[in-house]
Amino acid sequence: MAQYHQFDALVVGAGGSGLMAALYASKSVNTAVISKLYPTRSHTGAAQGGIAAALGNMEPDKWEWHAYDTVKGGDFLSDQDAVDVLCQEAVEAVIDLEHMGLPFDRTPDGKISQRRFGGHSNNETKKPVMRACHAADRTGHMILQTLYQQCIKNNVRFFDEFQMVDMIIVDGVCRGIVAVELNTGELHVFHSKAVMLATGGFGKVWKITSNAHSLTGDGPAIILRKNLPLEDMEFYQFHPTGIYKMGILLSEAARGEGAVFINDKGERFMERYAPTMKDLASRDVCSRSIYKEVRAGNGIGGKDYVYLDFRPDRINKYFEADGSPRRVDAEYIETRLPDIIEFVRVYMGIDPIVEPVPIQPTAHYAMGGIPTDLDARVLADETGKVVEGLYAAGEAACVSVHGANRLGTNSLVDIVVFGRRGGIRMAEYCQQAQFQPISQESHTRAEAILNGIRNSTGAESPGQIRKELQMHMDEHVGVFRTREKLEIALEEIRSLKERYKKIKIDDKGMRWNTDLMEAWELGCLLDLAEATAVSGLAREESRGGHYREDFPNRDDVNFLKHTMVWTDNHITYKPVHIGRYQPTERKY
Amino acid sequence: MKVHLKIKRFNPEKDKKPYWGEYDIEADESDRVLDALQTVKWTIDGALNFRRSCAHGICGSDAMRINGRNALACKLLIRDAVHNGAITVEPILGLPLIKDLIVDMEPFFAHYRAVMPFLVNNNEPGERERLQSQEQRARYDDGTKCILCACCTTSCPSFWARGEYVGPAAIVQAHRFIFDSRDEGAADRLEVLVEPDGVWRCRTVFNCTEVCPRDIQVTKLIGEVKQALVTGKID
Repeated sequence: MAQYHQFDALVVGAGGSGLMAALYASKSVNTAVISKLYPTRSHTGAAQGGIAAALGNMEPDKWEWHAYDTVKGGDFLSDQDAVDVLCQEAVEAVIDLEHMGLPFDRTPDGKISQRRFGGHSNNETKKPVMRACHAADRTGHMILQTLYQQCIKNNVRFFDEFQMVDMIIVDGVCRGIVAVELNTGELHVFHSKAVMLATGGFGKVWKITSNAHSLTGDGPAIILRKNLPLEDMEFYQFHPTGIYKMGILLSEAARGEGAVFINDKGERFMERYAPTMKDLASRDVCSRSIYKEVRAGNGIGGKDYVYLDFRPDRINKYFEADGSPRRVDAEYIETRLPDIIEFVRVYMGIDPIVEPVPIQPTAHYAMGGIPTDLDARVLADETGKVVEGLYAAGEAACVSVHGANRLGTNSLVDIVVFGRRGGIRMAEYCQQAQFQPISQESHTRAEAILNGIRNSTGAESPGQIRKELQMHMDEHVGVFRTREKLEIALEEIRSLKERYKKIKIDDKGMRWNTDLMEAWELGCLLDLAEATAVSGLAREESRGGHYREDFPNRDDVNFLKHTMVWTDNHITYKPVHIGRYQPTERKY
Repeated sequence: MKVHLKIKRFNPEKDKKPYWGEYDIEADESDRVLDALQTVKWTIDGALNFRRSCAHGICGSDAMRINGRNALACKLLIRDAVHNGAITVEPILGLPLIKDLIVDMEPFFAHYRAVMPFLVNNNEPGERERLQSQEQRARYDDGTKCILCACCTTSCPSFWARGEYVGPAAIVQAHRFIFDSRDEGAADRLEVLVEPDGVWRCRTVFNCTEVCPRDIQVTKLIGEVKQALVTGKID
């Protein structure tokens, strides 16, 4: 038996894109949000440095420059019509957030304060531009809190700690979802006219990651199982500045404020790799440069990490060398970057004001995901056919604005812009659509899968399988890839999938069975890891976050196209929407 | 290093009352207490239950009573938590126990919602941002750091004694808006907070301030709300 609910619109996931969609949809139709976490636990809250919008509060800026930077950052794989929407609407979206009460930092004249960020430039001078609107270094936290506050104000209906485990798609029309109420273990069928998937990323495929334990890609994994494709899964971002060994993110805002990378010889090595943008080159470029230094024996003490240096006297030294009049002191750095300074003090036991910080690239963000159009409608295949009643936004989705590599701050722009567009479009759809019938048995497949795990008598430990998966992904599907590495990874993943069929869990109960839910999530991770490796193997070129040492150049003749990967591992492609910007060689 | 973990266990489907589970594990002294709990869950007993997500002190999921003091398990390192080779972990107090380290958070969030934790301003904001000076912005900064983890509220003796008390976290949230120059809902919030289960149940014990993983000056903020009620002035 399952409990039954009916809503016009369902939003799955309560991070930035989900809450934005819910706020806008609930203005006109009966809407509910289903989230496996309390909304304020969502990983939007971990975003630090800022949200880009060409407000021009500090210096001249234009949304068209933001658009060009985004396309260039994406190594020309971004769909440029989507990028135009992103960058144009970023401006009103940020103003919208301010009006909702978001406590942005302010300029001396009371406007929203902005700062520099990787890859964001003045297109005329080619120098970094102050475009990232910020609330100290907890911008994502403030976005999440503000959107949740607005949802409370507007009486949005929440089902907190309900986890989606299946979707109801019949005859190409999405009709609802099936979720587990974690507190009781009971299944609930949510019958709806439309569903928005805003379930976030899947960084837990890797070991060294900035991602939360809960980021297991539940939405994209279920999409695959519904025989729908995922787009551009080979493009995964490794953020250059994770805390060594832990992967906890240190925002690019540190470098926006002047911090630099230093190798074992004390060199500011980014000057060699990106002569103009230097330490503010795009993330893929910085992460590769770090590992090139490590391979050249320039890692600290010969090991696999370098330093991020934000000691004020060093920052000032480099400002001076660059001919910049800017100067900082310890108080300024502490005010602008309080959280990440605390992370370093707590987790590394060192003070970044007096010591350089050991960092290494950390698995951070999925550029790929569930393919959508500009209104967040989910696409059924490479021809642009839409799955009726199904929407996706945020990191779970691929619209595609980030192309082969996302610029810093653009994830927050993405969630508010496309969360809002999706919410509005979904509400319009619900106003004219009818509820389509669902079967009394809609929950039985999910029930069978969960009972299968609960009652399995195998000998394999889910914890062990997860550990091995993450090890192989770190080793073979990381910053540098080759055919050989990807083939090894695929073989290992497939063998782990076989072992997964024979797992055993300890908790056989119903209430708060996280043993069961983690095992179910592991199934999602395995499917997504496979999709990532398969997509990476097929793309025999290097572009943005996907770097093939055996194919080190970008190949626009053969690969200026989006990958669509399916559950049986076959791949189809669709063209990139090119607009004003023809692909050129990328230099920072 | 070897760590002896003593964890308060309770399974509502099996146990009549909570008991202590004891586990010996290997951990790095720079690991988080959360890592130690994960080690138990992933290698000894998968049925151990606790909430967790971000694992670096920003999502607020894993508030627990560790060695008798509230903390986020992901923000306390083994080397700082271990006493004579052991660490004791219990659920936070004052909220209904569900299973192992998981408590019912709903009463906590009900108090949060009661103080109108959202910007109230019915004026047409115009096409650009509302202006706010750096000083006005700084006035309410401390409260904006709150992650609603409940460390403060569930360490408060007044809250333990009376669950109807709105508690420190809700007052911090109210403060964040009362002192925001853009907000016009202060009078309504103060009406809630002047009630017997509002700010006056705070006895300035300072437990909240001591345990806040975000270093918010919770007692000070509560004091400022009390002062606003007494003087009728918000400044």
